[in-house]
Amino acid sequence: MHGEYRYEPKNGFMKWLDSRLPIMRLLDESVLQFPTPKNLNYWFTFGGILTFMLAVQIVTGIVLAMHYVPQETMAFDSVEHIMRDVNYGWLLRYAHSNGASMFFVAVYVHIFRGLYYGSYKAPREVLWILGVIIYLLMMATGFLGYTLPWGQMSFWGATVITNFFSAIPVVGDAVTQWLWGSFAVDNSTLQRFFSLHYLLPFVIAGVVVLHIWALHVPGNNNPLGIDVKGPQDTVPFHPYYTVKDGFALAVFVLFFAALVFFAPNLLGNPDNFVPANRLVTPMHIVPEWYYLPFYAILRSVPSKLLGVILLFGGILVWAFLPWLDTSYVRSARFRPIFRQLFWVFGVVCIGLGWCGAQTPDHVIVDLGPNMTAINAAVDHATKAGKTPEEIAAVQKSAEASERVTFAVVDLSRILTIAYFAFFFPGLFLLGWVETPLPLPESISKAVLGTRGGAASGGRPLEQRG
Amino acid sequence: MRRISLAAVGLLLGITVAFADGQKEPEPQTWSWNGVFGHFDPVQLQRGYQVYKEVCSACHSMRLMAFRNLGDPGGPGFSEAQVKALAATVQVADLDDKGEPTTRPGIAADRFPSPFPNEKAARAANGGALPPDLTVITEAREGGADYVHALLLGYSDPPADMKGKMMPGMNYNPYFLNGQIAMPAPLSTDGQVTYAEGQPAATKAQMAKDVVAFLSWAAEPKMQERKTMGIKVIAFLFVLSLLLYAAYKQLWRDVDH
Ligand code: HEC
Ligand code: HEM
Repeated sequence: MHGEYRYEPKNGFMKWLDSRLPIMRLLDESVLQFPTPKNLNYWFTFGGILTFMLAVQIVTGIVLAMHYVPQETMAFDSVEHIMRDVNYGWLLRYAHSNGASMFFVAVYVHIFRGLYYGSYKAPREVLWILGVIIYLLMMATGFLGYTLPWGQMSFWGATVITNFFSAIPVVGDAVTQWLWGSFAVDNSTLQRFFSLHYLLPFVIAGVVVLHIWALHVPGNNNPLGIDVKGPQDTVPFHPYYTVKDGFALAVFVLFFAALVFFAPNLLGNPDNFVPANRLVTPMHIVPEWYYLPFYAILRSVPSKLLGVILLFGGILVWAFLPWLDTSYVRSARFRPIFRQLFWVFGVVCIGLGWCGAQTPDHVIVDLGPNMTAINAAVDHATKAGKTPEEIAAVQKSAEASERVTFAVVDLSRILTIAYFAFFFPGLFLLGWVETPLPLPESISKAVLGTRGGAASGGRPLEQRG
Repeated sequence: MRRISLAAVGLLLGITVAFADGQKEPEPQTWSWNGVFGHFDPVQLQRGYQVYKEVCSACHSMRLMAFRNLGDPGGPGFSEAQVKALAATVQVADLDDKGEPTTRPGIAADRFPSPFPNEKAARAANGGALPPDLTVITEAREGGADYVHALLLGYSDPPADMKGKMMPGMNYNPYFLNGQIAMPAPLSTDGQVTYAEGQPAATKAQMAKDVVAFLSWAAEPKMQERKTMGIKVIAFLFVLSLLLYAAYKQLWRDVDH
């Protein structure tokens, strides 16, 4: 996608440098002058936002690590020390903990953007898979980080999640103990989690470089999902997108700042202000909000092993999306049925998130007495030759306890099935049966005369003014 | 404000900020530090410290608080001399020059003394229950300051259906989980502490408000600094966004997109 543009060193020194380390050439050709489709909307600004948030997490994290003590008896107090005694320590800590949340907000928008506009389709499969890997690493990093303050939720969250690995056949217990570095979550666990929490963000940064490299081979996708046909379809990244991304970033940081300065514990859990205590189990163990959909999937099946398989399956299925979706049309704008399914899928994910925050047996609807079970109990008592008073008592207690209910776990099951069904057979079959709308000839043709409302919505082209 | 936004986000994410069944929900209070511009009242924090010291500190530690914190900006605002005097009222364990254990009067850098040497002693003195450390208590409970306030004033005789169920040594308090708490009503009579002249009367309600204010500050001593900076940062980001938006519009005006 590199246009005709070629970097020209401006002076003697630059010429000298360029023939030895063409770093300015790289910067100029692949960043500043990089030809970028001119019709990108605000959903395409989240890549830049994510890069910024990774930098925020790394910078605040490194300074936090200068004051944090990864030791069982001192970790909680050291975090409080950061909050109370370190200059602007409260700012670092709140920026880091809320930064993790904002990072996930951004990555979810980014992923769903990709889904909507078909950014995973050829020739961007590798780019997409690298994204899924980054997301997996982020989940691991966030989980490891959340254990570090060593509050009740840190400890019990780590205990519950690591325990699921024990479901793996044969090697489960060995794997779990290897993760713990011990026979339970304890000081060894905390120390290795800290070490890994420090390491993984740099691994993420490495994969981000690959991700951007893979982006720069085919170039950006765009809201129309059609290929760039020539220079008339693109603008140089700088200044056009540096300014547009800059604006979006400033607005995003505005929300981030509102959280940090005015509601820093909104997304936190009060139990994490209680130091870890292995003798007291909190009433509800809930992970951070960004894991809730997967937590619901995990708990939707009675088998631990199947739960773990579904959990990882639920993430890995994204990597196969380029082949699960059989439609050759990228953008949802030209796929009338896909567009509807996309929103249904969004609701399914939010519904799963809701389920993840509840206790599984929480009753959503009580559908009345379970007559079958009550009658069976009465029959049983009658056959056993009980007195009428005793039978009445049995009936009464059965009526109280035997009810038909629709509980959170039931909803989780339905939503889990819907989640997977979206990918398969949903998207797989859809590609064969759906009739896409006519695609525009080129980006510049499509946007001509639609200034401001840029190729608005997904109306068929004939209807566009 | 925190409650309302909590409820809003709770609805959004579907997270129930629910209190357990059979636990009464605390009534929201209007605290001076609520909202974006809210701040602590130093005189109230001073009264609250007095209540903590004279009542609660008999059973509850505040491990992470040092006397010097009482003079920190955004807090009770005791003068340096007052802080020194307050610290000197306690005896602190130390070693003398020969390495023998001894005690000395406290200094500003000392932490608040804990009432019990360890957890076992604390439980033994409280019928088996552990009085939790109060440093971050308002952050560590659902409902925060409102909850602690309701708890302190929530004691009453058990209702008919609870009478038979009360365990020995337990007190009825509908705001506590299961309604039974090991802590006896700590604020039992008006005038339990004697406030300095010119201060409001030390009614139970007043003492509860004051001590909760003190505990809220102790849990978040940097709140004032946080909000002051927050207003500036938000204002800056707002202007920056406007400027960037104008630059964006200007730059793209001739591009069909
Ligand atoms: C006589 C000793 C004693 C005094 C004095 C006392 N408490 Fe307590 N407090 C306890 C005990 C014991 C518990 C643990 C109760 C339980 O777990 O059932 C407790 C628990 C608490 C809790 C935690 C409730 C929860 O949700 O777990 C708070 C908050 C509290 N006290 C505040 C105070 C305040 C504020 C004061 C001073 C006004 C005070 N206490 C004075 C003994 C005391
Ligand atoms: C991908 C980027 C990162 C994410 C998503 C992330 C996430 C988190 C989370 C969720 C917490 C718990 C916050 C809390 O509840 O207090 C945390 C804590 C912590 N993180 Fe990170 N982090 C990242 C990068 C880093 C880096 C690069 C470092 C160090 C170099 C670091 C160091 C720490 C430390 C020391 C803590 C404990 C202090 C605290 O709890 O605030 N983090 N991290």
